[in-house]
Amino acid sequence: MRTHNDSPQVIPMIRFFRSALLRAVSVLAFATPALANVDIQHWTAANGARVYFVESHVLPILDVQVDFDAGSARDPEGRSGLAGMTHGLLDSGAGGLDEDALAEKLSDLGARLSGSADNDRAGLSLRTLASAREREGALALMRTVLTAPEFPAAVLEREKSRAIASLREADTKPDQIGAKRFARALYGDHPYGRSATVESIAAITRDDVLAHYRRHYVASRAVVSIVGDVTREQAEAIALQLTGELPAGEPLPPIAEVTMPKASTERIAHPANQSHIFVGQPVTRRGDPDFFPLQVGNYILGGGGFVSRLTKEVREKRGYAYSVYSYFSPQRQPGPFQIGLQTQRAQAADALKVVDETLASFIANGPTADELKAAKRNLVDGFSLRLDSNRKLLDSLAAIGFYGLPLDWLSKFQERVEAVTAAQVKEAFQRRLSADHMVRVIVAGD
Amino acid sequence: MDLRRFSNGIALCGALALMLAAASPARANPFETTLSNGLRVIVKEDRRAPVAMHMVWYRVGAMDENDGTTGIAHLLEHMMFKGTKKLKPGEFNDIVARAGGSDNAFTSHDYTAYFQRVPAAALPRMIELEADRMRNLVIDDDEFARELKVVMEERRLRTDDQPQSQMHEQLMASAFIAHPYRRPVIGWMNDLENMRPDDARDWYRRWYAPNNAYVVVVGDVDHKKVFELVKKHYGHMKPVAQPVRKVTAEPPQTGERRITVKAPAELPQLALAWKVPKLSDVENDREPYALELLAGILDGHAASRLPRALVRSSQIAVEVGAYYDSTARGEVTFMLGGTPAKGHTVDELEKALRAEVKRIADEGVSVAELERIKTLTVAAQIYKLDSTYVQAMEIGRLEASGYRWQDADRMLEKLRSVTADEVQAVARKFFGNDTLTVAVLDPQPLDPDAKPRAKPTGLRH
Repeated sequence: MRTHNDSPQVIPMIRFFRSALLRAVSVLAFATPALANVDIQHWTAANGARVYFVESHVLPILDVQVDFDAGSARDPEGRSGLAGMTHGLLDSGAGGLDEDALAEKLSDLGARLSGSADNDRAGLSLRTLASAREREGALALMRTVLTAPEFPAAVLEREKSRAIASLREADTKPDQIGAKRFARALYGDHPYGRSATVESIAAITRDDVLAHYRRHYVASRAVVSIVGDVTREQAEAIALQLTGELPAGEPLPPIAEVTMPKASTERIAHPANQSHIFVGQPVTRRGDPDFFPLQVGNYILGGGGFVSRLTKEVREKRGYAYSVYSYFSPQRQPGPFQIGLQTQRAQAADALKVVDETLASFIANGPTADELKAAKRNLVDGFSLRLDSNRKLLDSLAAIGFYGLPLDWLSKFQERVEAVTAAQVKEAFQRRLSADHMVRVIVAGD
Repeated sequence: MDLRRFSNGIALCGALALMLAAASPARANPFETTLSNGLRVIVKEDRRAPVAMHMVWYRVGAMDENDGTTGIAHLLEHMMFKGTKKLKPGEFNDIVARAGGSDNAFTSHDYTAYFQRVPAAALPRMIELEADRMRNLVIDDDEFARELKVVMEERRLRTDDQPQSQMHEQLMASAFIAHPYRRPVIGWMNDLENMRPDDARDWYRRWYAPNNAYVVVVGDVDHKKVFELVKKHYGHMKPVAQPVRKVTAEPPQTGERRITVKAPAELPQLALAWKVPKLSDVENDREPYALELLAGILDGHAASRLPRALVRSSQIAVEVGAYYDSTARGEVTFMLGGTPAKGHTVDELEKALRAEVKRIADEGVSVAELERIKTLTVAAQIYKLDSTYVQAMEIGRLEASGYRWQDADRMLEKLRSVTADEVQAVARKFFGNDTLTVAVLDPQPLDPDAKPRAKPTGLRH
């Protein structure tokens, strides 16, 4: 429990901005530079690390992120959760400093070190003041955590216990039960379909963690993203400083191809007041040529917050749900297209019918001319909002770097959205979404 | 050794404060004016990107509600998107989206606020739209009925199916027996069932007026032009006589209170809430600042006392936390809480949490750990400059809670002046039994055949 988050005293009107936009969109989909003049500098360091840098001296802040091909898709068979565990333990003792000393030293500098890990990526990000003493101290600690983690056995055991407690708790929550079963239904035994279990966490040994770290946290696959108040020369030194002591690393096999699932409906009993409904199928990978038609279409279908078709049909016209959304989540292998909502369990069937009809109608007919125009105005004219902070810029740089997207990704974004036609949206949705592969999971439906 | 860290800490904190001053834009920024009808306008120029964050805050929230119509402040917030004399339902969102922007709103006990994040060029239209819905809202019966269903779904999602939210809701309802913070912002389900369109209309007429609101803009704007636009669109509005606010003060608590909440879950949870003072006088209060630092020392970073002692060292808990916010319109509590680890009980966790406060009461805190929290606080103030949203929220929340936006700097200075002795003194003074309320989540097995306990609710329209 985080008491900080306890207090529901402030109620934002809509929550799905968080689920839909953050997960699907903010990382890259609609990442766009406010600063039409965003100048991304890119080079490959001597050790093979790829570096992406935007110089900005307006604020005395520096943001640095280092990502690796070390996400949960790299979990070995029977060790689901290993990638997350390894990533989580990086700052639990490193370079002769224990976890408390590391946290204290960072705090004494006013710095924040955080991490994120998903199917594909695992990485650390640092936010620090750009003044020399703070910056140098914080970067030295980040380097220690990245290059000299010790994975103390006692901390591993403790974190395994905490992870198991958290898994058992998650297995009582309808949204989390549903998310896991949905991934399994979409991907079967593919790494994207697996979730950590009590058994797989319990099986993790320190040797597993060390092996995962040594194999995946390597210079040749490091992507270093830097935004803020340093010069190019300083950025070059920072990239080398952070990754210079990492081994080059051996090549990795590609992540397995995804097999398309057969259409299915799974119902899971649960005593909740609301049904949690998940509908979707695997669709897009990063760099997909259909990216723009699919993303523009999805804005109209269920990505555009209050103005999407799903919100209008499910929420505005019928009052069935507080939150209903759709998104495409492009990943290294085809990530999901997903529709989600929660509704009072007695009306789950009615709500699902509306979702089905809305989706079917969109696939059959595509967007109207006015819908397409509205979507373009939001995505093109709102471009500046997607990159109006160092933090957002860093997120975009990191995704461009990790997935090897072209450097003109941001500068060409608006014209590529403008070029999308209604016929392209309709054709892409018809070709990429199929009733034969549509998977549904319903938790707590009557 | 401590002495060395002490001197480092002081030097750093001072240097950071200077950096903060340097990082903040010109002295006069933000700019403020007040229209003759009472509407205040606060503009912070931030020209990093061609965007504008536009917010309208109303000095009314769930604490101004009455029993029987709890949740009306939040429900009205939803209705503000449902059309005016000029706009059809949903048209507000459509205009914002077509301008390239996004919009939303939020309601708390203390306030109700609306915002749009837009390209700077779209700001004039946003000001026009907000002005329109301040006075010209149309609450249609059918729209109301549908939106009420949406809010009921929201309550099911956020509270009824969330054991931790249920525990928190009931903790507040027990810690406060008279003060309006005892009522949930989203409202009791039965009050939602009984809500009528006229309840929303009454609420709107009573509170939505220029003299009960303020506009906050942060972004790539010229403050003079914003003042002109606000005057153009709001200047003609007449102030509305505001009702006398009768906020029931909480009578002194004279004995410990304990409640248990049963809900489907795996692990128990615990929350402890003590009545403590809030910040009433920015200049002369001392204890609220000391309590803020106490919360930071207990739970301000990964190696602070609670996680270090209870999660990492003794491993009694899998999660722990401390929470205190000194700024509020109403009354405040200092909370501790957590989830016991397997093999440990909520009783053990309660004892261990309270032992950490007692340790500070008995032994005090080191200057190094105090300085660490101050450093984090000052750094956070610099990091805030990376977000127009966070900057606008800081201004808006201070104003809503009865302070002025100008107080932010002074509050920071005051926080930095707190001594270790003052932290020890508040740890001694406020954590007895008589002002404590304890809530326990008692986890129940998940019976898939069980029907939900909350009765299915139909609308009565």
